[in-house]
Amino acid sequence: MRRVAATLAAGLLCSSASFAGDGKLIGTAGLNQVEGAGGGGIVPWATLSGYDSQDQTSASAFVTRVNLDDYRLTALGANLSLYDRVELSVARHTFDLTTLGGEIQQNVYGMKVRLYGDVVYSDFPQLSAGVQHKRLQDSAIAYALGSADENGTDYYLVATKVHLGAAAGFNLVWNVTARATKANQLGLLGFGSQNDDDYDVMFEGSVGVLFNRHLAAGVEYRQKPDNLGLGEEDWWDAFITYIPSKSFNVTLAWAELGSIAGAPDQNGLYLSVGGQLW
Amino acid sequence: MVIRRILLLCVFCVGAVSCASTSDSLYNDIGGEAKVAEIVDNFIYEIEYDPTILAYFEGSDIDRFRAKLIEQLCMVTGGPCSYSGDTMEQVHGGMNITETDFNRTVDLLINAMNKAGVSHRHQNQILAQLAPMRSQMLYK
Repeated sequence: MRRVAATLAAGLLCSSASFAGDGKLIGTAGLNQVEGAGGGGIVPWATLSGYDSQDQTSASAFVTRVNLDDYRLTALGANLSLYDRVELSVARHTFDLTTLGGEIQQNVYGMKVRLYGDVVYSDFPQLSAGVQHKRLQDSAIAYALGSADENGTDYYLVATKVHLGAAAGFNLVWNVTARATKANQLGLLGFGSQNDDDYDVMFEGSVGVLFNRHLAAGVEYRQKPDNLGLGEEDWWDAFITYIPSKSFNVTLAWAELGSIAGAPDQNGLYLSVGGQLW
Repeated sequence: MVIRRILLLCVFCVGAVSCASTSDSLYNDIGGEAKVAEIVDNFIYEIEYDPTILAYFEGSDIDRFRAKLIEQLCMVTGGPCSYSGDTMEQVHGGMNITETDFNRTVDLLINAMNKAGVSHRHQNQILAQLAPMRSQMLYK
């Protein structure tokens, strides 16, 4: 009986090992962006979050903190990637108003579907489509600033490609995202406004170089709407990422997030730690 | 007159490109015949110690595999060889190679290149030459 149990346990271990996601080149799965999707830091990529191939699943988790002059954003999230086809994600944002006092919380539920290709191997870029449904938990500030809603949904289409050896022998990755959104500052300040409650299509992009299989650096850009008339500005950051293994990555970035709720020049350090659980 | 200039420019460009690819080949950069053979020998060693991938080689002629892979690596890196083996479809047909196992084999090839002391940049350039063949190998 004991032997049967041991054999069963060994069998389960083996099957779960072959089932787990390790079927991609290290570094090519990307990271977890701040809203929970597989991506860079502030921009979603077409890649799904884990290293799973068509025959595997994977799960990842991350925590990200951005320390700005007058605010501090903490994002905690997890995602599940199924057969390199569908990614499900959840993230919780806590936005501390360090100067004014108080905090705003928001939950983000995401889904992304890979439509075409492989980021490394296909002739054309990998193409994915996704949604991010956001539910503000503390809506008083959003309404006080003139937002129309406390819940909102972003829709995006994204293309990502790794060019092997393209940058003087180094691997080059680029990404372009088009996002239809009503969100004010990710949704932390609500969605739309009394005067402007239409979707805007915003462009986001990133370019990175992999200096070896464990070290990458690059820049990201994210266009933002200004529904509230508070002078919301486009975001950008420059990042460096260390990926010692498929189960651990750490990213340090300098983020320039512009004016937020009337407070200008919100810049600061972005730190993110993540990894694949299976 | 203008057309002739354009034509001349084209010839010059094509000449420059083809010259660049023969005189300064990736094959020579990585260390030529000896280095390619070292990579392939390391790769075979990696496969021998990976039961999952080794299973695909059951009943195959390893000497022939070695000779043909050396030839192929030489050719795709711009060396003075031409590949005389079977097509990728013929070689991998009936194996039903999964994406997971394919990518695992790429990892083994990277290990082989690491052990042969091939630089990261040259590794990427070699992989870039091999990458388009993936669609001829997967799930056949």
